[in-house]
Amino acid sequence: MTKVLIPSGALGLGYDKAALERGIAAGPDIIAIDGGSTDSGPSYLGRGVSKYSRASTRVEWQGLIEARARAGVPLVLGTAGTCGADSAVDWLVGITREIAEATGQRLKIAVLKSGQSAETVVQALRDGRIMPLTPAPDIDEALIESCTNIVALAGAEQIAAALATGADIVIAGRTTDTAIIAARPLSDGCSPGGAWHGAKIGECGALCTTNPASGVIMVDFDADGFTVQPLSETARATPHTVSAHMLYENSDPFILYEPGGHLDVTGATYTAPDKRSVRVTGSKWVPSDSYTVKLEGARMAGYQTISLALIRDAHYVAHAQDWCDDIHRRTTEKVLDRLSVTRGDFNIELRLIGQNATLGELEANLVTPAEIGVLGIVTARTEALAEEIGKMLNPYLLHHSLTEEEEMPTFAFPFSPAEVQRGAIYEFCLNHVMRIANPMDAFRLDVIEVGG
Amino acid sequence: MTRLGDIVEKVRSKNAGPFWMTVDIFCGSPEAYARVVALPTAHIASLFQTDQQLIRRFDIPNLNVVKFSFPRPQVQGSIHDRDMHGASFGALLAEMDVPG
Repeated sequence: MTKVLIPSGALGLGYDKAALERGIAAGPDIIAIDGGSTDSGPSYLGRGVSKYSRASTRVEWQGLIEARARAGVPLVLGTAGTCGADSAVDWLVGITREIAEATGQRLKIAVLKSGQSAETVVQALRDGRIMPLTPAPDIDEALIESCTNIVALAGAEQIAAALATGADIVIAGRTTDTAIIAARPLSDGCSPGGAWHGAKIGECGALCTTNPASGVIMVDFDADGFTVQPLSETARATPHTVSAHMLYENSDPFILYEPGGHLDVTGATYTAPDKRSVRVTGSKWVPSDSYTVKLEGARMAGYQTISLALIRDAHYVAHAQDWCDDIHRRTTEKVLDRLSVTRGDFNIELRLIGQNATLGELEANLVTPAEIGVLGIVTARTEALAEEIGKMLNPYLLHHSLTEEEEMPTFAFPFSPAEVQRGAIYEFCLNHVMRIANPMDAFRLDVIEVGG
Repeated sequence: MTRLGDIVEKVRSKNAGPFWMTVDIFCGSPEAYARVVALPTAHIASLFQTDQQLIRRFDIPNLNVVKFSFPRPQVQGSIHDRDMHGASFGALLAEMDVPG
């Protein structure tokens, strides 16, 4: 009844052009693609920027805009520029404008923004409309005001409003991964449980098939459920690959919370009408009493300077943790002695690459390798302080001996200068939902025309 | 002793948002599933040094999957976080000894 063509799990990951053409030939009603995720960390939201290359984004986006014209259907993108902040939406709108002008197309674009001002969120906190999820950091008005970006995750209602403008392209700020796919089948009267479930299965493109890298899939929604089919000739969807996709990046594989309710797939059944596609029925949508949207926020967490030293001497490799503990103690003392700072102003960490840098104290497989990389991470309140402390750490990483009796050792450094300034770093600081009276209350929708 | 990774198809860990981690054990057969499902949750809690009360466990026999979700020991991307995507926690489970 409603066919949604999904080119890949995210714009910037690439897609199979031949498979996309097969999708267009099959007559989709809409093309939907995700543009972001929190998965690469807080820096993107903190700075309001994309993690993907501008050139790659432009090439892939142009391909989809051309596919849209051939198919004669709307193209919708959610979570523009990785984080979905207003500046990231503007970035993608700018790229779209360039493409329209370069290719001589006139395009009507609905721009949906999800950015929240601190005043809006502070007012909601005062009104008792901000509720914590588990686990939630403690928040107050000062923390909200310290965020460099706060976004609300739009749901199907806001995407439907953007599509109702009759735009050729919808560029949305932060949305749930599923909303961009579920919106159209929901508007068309397809089964709400099927719409949300099919959207969750489809949100990572061909990740729900036997060949995740192949990208392009079609989800066909109807009154009872949905059917998912990969469009690459090398991929198959099976009841196992499709049902197992509910596990992916979900803390609960049966329940998925969305603005306005939740999806329950406990009673879903997965069958194979043929060797390549899967039919799903029995998924349930449970509306909630109030309408809430999830918030994401990031704020600055200081400045960082990092160093990398390499230990290749077997004696030092064998005693690397003791060596680092001693360096940590001595550097800390020196910082407190020579700079006008307190312990709360800075943090020094030395991680042993090759030993336990990934898992820290959870590591259960401690071995003695041939070499160890020592990653020195200095975090401080100011950039100048981080740089100063990084320079105080350096002589120890270069020459510190395990005991005073030993001849002064020297360790390997891959770079000069030895320190790398990472600039400002950010942290996620909200895991909350905000209750709003009407779905469009927290969002702004504009329609623009670009190109000629 | 046998390692868990030797009897199952795949162990995968991943973020489930910035505040949660989820680990999926794809057992691959009812026999392997029976061995994995017998693992006490307390064992997993001690491996990840997490409060057992906070672990959500899903035993899914029709997929031969056992899934554990728990709050991230460090919030994703905070200064003490070592693994932005939560990619490596599965290795801890795969290398864990299982009886038999």
